[in-house]
Amino acid sequence: MSLDAATVRRIAKLARIRVRDEEVATLQGELNAILGYVEQLAEVNVEGVEPLSGGMRMALRSRADELTDGGMAEKILANAPDRIGNFFAVPKVVE
Amino acid sequence: MAYTLAGRSGAWEVVVGLEVHAQVISVSKLFSGASAAYGGEPNAHVSFVDAGFPGMLPVINQECVAQAVRTGLGLKAQINLFSRFDRKNYFYADLPNGYQISQFAHPIVGKGIVEIELADGTLKPIGITRLHLEQDAGKSMHDQHPTKSIIDLNRAGVALMEIVSEPDIRSPEEAGAYLRKLRQILRYLGTCDGNMEEGSLRADVNVSVRKPGEAFRTRCEIKNVNSIRFVMHAVEAEALRQIEIWEDGGEVEQETRLYDPARGETRSMRSKEDAHDYRYFPDPDLLPLVLEEDWVAALKRGLPELPDEKRARFCAEYGIPFYDAGVLVAEQEVADFYEEVARGRDGKLAANWVTGDFFAAMNRTGKSIADPPVSAAALGALLDLITDKTINGRIAKDVFEEMVETGKPPAEIVVEKGLRQVTDTGAIDAAVTRVLAANADKVAEYKAGKDKLFGFFVGQVMKAMQGKGNPALVNEAVKKQLG
Amino acid sequence: MSVFDLTIAGAARALRAREISAVELAAAYNAAVEALNPRLNAYITPTPELALEQARAADRRLAGGGATPLTGIPIAMKDLFCTEGVRTTAASKILGNFVPPYESTVSARLKAAGAVMLGKANLDEFAMGSSNLTSAFGPVESPWKRHGAEARLAPGGSSGGSAAAVAARIALAATGTDTGGSIRQPAAFTGIAGIKPTYGRCSRFGVVAFASSLDQPGPMARNVEDNALMLSVMSGFDEKDSTSADRAVPDFTQALHRSVKGLKIGVPAEYRLEGTNPEILALWEQGIAWLRAEGAEIRDISLPHTKYGLPAYYIIAPAEASSNLARYDGVRYGLRVEGEDLIDLYERTRAEGFGAEVKRRILIGTYVLSHGYYDAYYLKAQKIRSLILRDFTDAFMEVDAILTPTAPSAAFGLDETMTDPLTMYLNDVFTVPASLAGVPAMSVPAGLSAAGLPLGLQVIGRHFDEETVFTVAAALERAAQFSALPQVRAE
Repeated sequence: MSLDAATVRRIAKLARIRVRDEEVATLQGELNAILGYVEQLAEVNVEGVEPLSGGMRMALRSRADELTDGGMAEKILANAPDRIGNFFAVPKVVE
Repeated sequence: MAYTLAGRSGAWEVVVGLEVHAQVISVSKLFSGASAAYGGEPNAHVSFVDAGFPGMLPVINQECVAQAVRTGLGLKAQINLFSRFDRKNYFYADLPNGYQISQFAHPIVGKGIVEIELADGTLKPIGITRLHLEQDAGKSMHDQHPTKSIIDLNRAGVALMEIVSEPDIRSPEEAGAYLRKLRQILRYLGTCDGNMEEGSLRADVNVSVRKPGEAFRTRCEIKNVNSIRFVMHAVEAEALRQIEIWEDGGEVEQETRLYDPARGETRSMRSKEDAHDYRYFPDPDLLPLVLEEDWVAALKRGLPELPDEKRARFCAEYGIPFYDAGVLVAEQEVADFYEEVARGRDGKLAANWVTGDFFAAMNRTGKSIADPPVSAAALGALLDLITDKTINGRIAKDVFEEMVETGKPPAEIVVEKGLRQVTDTGAIDAAVTRVLAANADKVAEYKAGKDKLFGFFVGQVMKAMQGKGNPALVNEAVKKQLG
Repeated sequence: MSVFDLTIAGAARALRAREISAVELAAAYNAAVEALNPRLNAYITPTPELALEQARAADRRLAGGGATPLTGIPIAMKDLFCTEGVRTTAASKILGNFVPPYESTVSARLKAAGAVMLGKANLDEFAMGSSNLTSAFGPVESPWKRHGAEARLAPGGSSGGSAAAVAARIALAATGTDTGGSIRQPAAFTGIAGIKPTYGRCSRFGVVAFASSLDQPGPMARNVEDNALMLSVMSGFDEKDSTSADRAVPDFTQALHRSVKGLKIGVPAEYRLEGTNPEILALWEQGIAWLRAEGAEIRDISLPHTKYGLPAYYIIAPAEASSNLARYDGVRYGLRVEGEDLIDLYERTRAEGFGAEVKRRILIGTYVLSHGYYDAYYLKAQKIRSLILRDFTDAFMEVDAILTPTAPSAAFGLDETMTDPLTMYLNDVFTVPASLAGVPAMSVPAGLSAAGLPLGLQVIGRHFDEETVFTVAAALERAAQFSALPQVRAE
């Protein structure tokens, strides 16, 4: 499987990273090199093998339903690049 | 009669499936200890986890898991002892992490059933495909500032149950009945308050149309409809739109749409169109959710009686009609009220009084079942006075109104106003004699065969006794004296 | 003897004996940082005043009782650990001037033990790299030189700042994080020791995430004992991290003096990769001989899926990273580049804020998770990961620990920049399998290359058996007698 320029643009769009036209070819080459490298996994027979998704085989631990956090709007907003009152602010979104 | 819409080319069937987002009742959020309560000052119910700060990690709330399992049990659904959380990746201003934690491949609840009742009394099962847990997003507001949208993350991370139905719904009426029934079950279970105004219950509506007997055609999803009425309207409006496209020789495109209640139509949601590749994958910050069978069994034992079971029991135990039982179990508080009135009494009499005079008084006074115009104990005491023949049914209505007005106990009103019914046969006989004497002409007509006049004589006797005569004894005396 | 010759254990003794105060120690280190950091660039943000303040508190504690072995010990904190009130950058422009209003669990544990933070150490941007060349704050220079050469060398990565700081003695020890080798490879390059503990041993709470199922904090220090002292404090159950292991933490220093006699040490055939530097292979043989001489039983073993570790890693890690890094969007904190609308703002912010390597990995990760490719790439890689774990599980039925080289070469030059990102990835070939399996692994300095650069050996253990890893590493350390010092260092 190898990426064409349109796919590079599409995944950049999905990842919300602006890619300049002159960057596409370079990225395409680099990404294809990586994909070419990982292609060797195709030779491994994984029939009947369960995927391992986490760093450990364990069950999830849960917490009690208690109010232990929040109530600190100022800390939540302290690093905000833009805010209006106690709201985060972004350019107007048209739905 | 199946519901169809008439097009130029003939009848069209409507196919609907609903994805309902029900907010879980819990103190804190699904993956953080911040408050899940509705409202609050902007960004006050927000932890660093909810706001997607660097290095923050989710830890699941046990109660939210329990609520999902209870709901699954209430929907008579398969509980999956192994489930898993996945990330649904997309960018939006009110989605702080750039992904929503949801359950994609392995939901906590599998197939179930909800039985709906239609206006004509027909029962119809609607299949539940699955129920899974996921996080709510924050709230973006676009109309508060001329050039900016503002964001409040108080809702971000609150637990939702997404309940997906099979495409078994065939009309707006069925869609409405399904939502009402689902809401009723959730409220009985105490897992979601079902408050659509506050957004704790909202529906994505999948609509397609087809000619009867055909396979499914392309569907459109109408996002975030927030009232049962709007869902019903949206189904019809969208179905009509699609029929027109098909009949014009066009092709319905699969897309996400919005319902505009003001215009009564659906419109395309352009802003969400370009990013439909959610790149689901298992959330590596969370391990598989494994439930113990014993724990699920304990939750099952702790479930309240659900509306269908309660309705069946009311019919059997209190001997009331299926329809009346349905009215009484519509809300759990009403059902509880009824049971308190009916317990140890005549169930039918209790049902008549609760659905009749009591409901009427509640409407008239604007009171609610939580703060009723007459308490269940007082209403029960009134019924006791009827049963032990202290008062008759006619007088009981007056006593009831007095109870609503003054809050006094019925016995006190009866004594105060001298409403105790007359069972003294001497007094009754005397009244009958007087009435027959005063209406000699009618007595003659009766004897000539006009049987209907019997009721007239009884009425006159009751009137003469200010309504206090024991109806059975009055009947008997009238019959006797008429010979 | 200068204060810079002290190990943690030695400094702790001197502090407790009041031969030196914590403030004196911190001041000496602060001065060394000030002198050498402009050259090495090991710290992004030195925190000399905070260090003195913490040292004063440490002195009070040393005088009043309740001191721990780390009280008053000056350390570097990899700038991936969020530190309350101290700017945290992950070596990326995208975090801007982000000042966390919270503390990571690991740094909080070190703080509570009385460690003194000298500053936030440089790293590859978001820990993505094996060279420390991808930092938005400039590369770190290794304090080492090849014999008779002036070429500036890479300290390895991603914990390159931590490694350089410890090696150049401008920190007594440091924290690192390891996703595919980010503690072990720079430790090997700079002649220090570093351990990636079992996944779940150290909390990830408050550590800027790269690849959540692989990321694991760990210590880096001059010797094995100092690592044991650090890890004893850094480890432990944390209810704020769902992947944290609820297990008792042993006193790792107890394991240092155990004998390797009778231990079975596995030597995996698959690590004899073609093209590996002969010096590395020779050092490996030497390591085997040392352990055999100490009475360990050497076993040839097979880890058949070793060669698939790296390609699987380069699917799994970028996939997780593409999602983990979605939160850097210019809305709530960090850099924002204004745009015409919200999408434009996102795209400009992320294009400007992320460096080239991070973008590459986000794009690869996005691609392998995208519709139609998930099964072929991500799911497949997860299955390979299962097989790699099985390789280790099978091997550990036969052996108690595994010995391999840490990296396929010694440090490379900063100017020998790789034009091909893939060549850089090959640095992790020996370290990645243990990361995928979640088992503990430690790099110990064991010798010098012909050019005079440090080389490391890696000891891999069973899940949660860091103790055996420490036992074997300590034996290697005693045998190797590694005492070489870098050319650039505090004295």
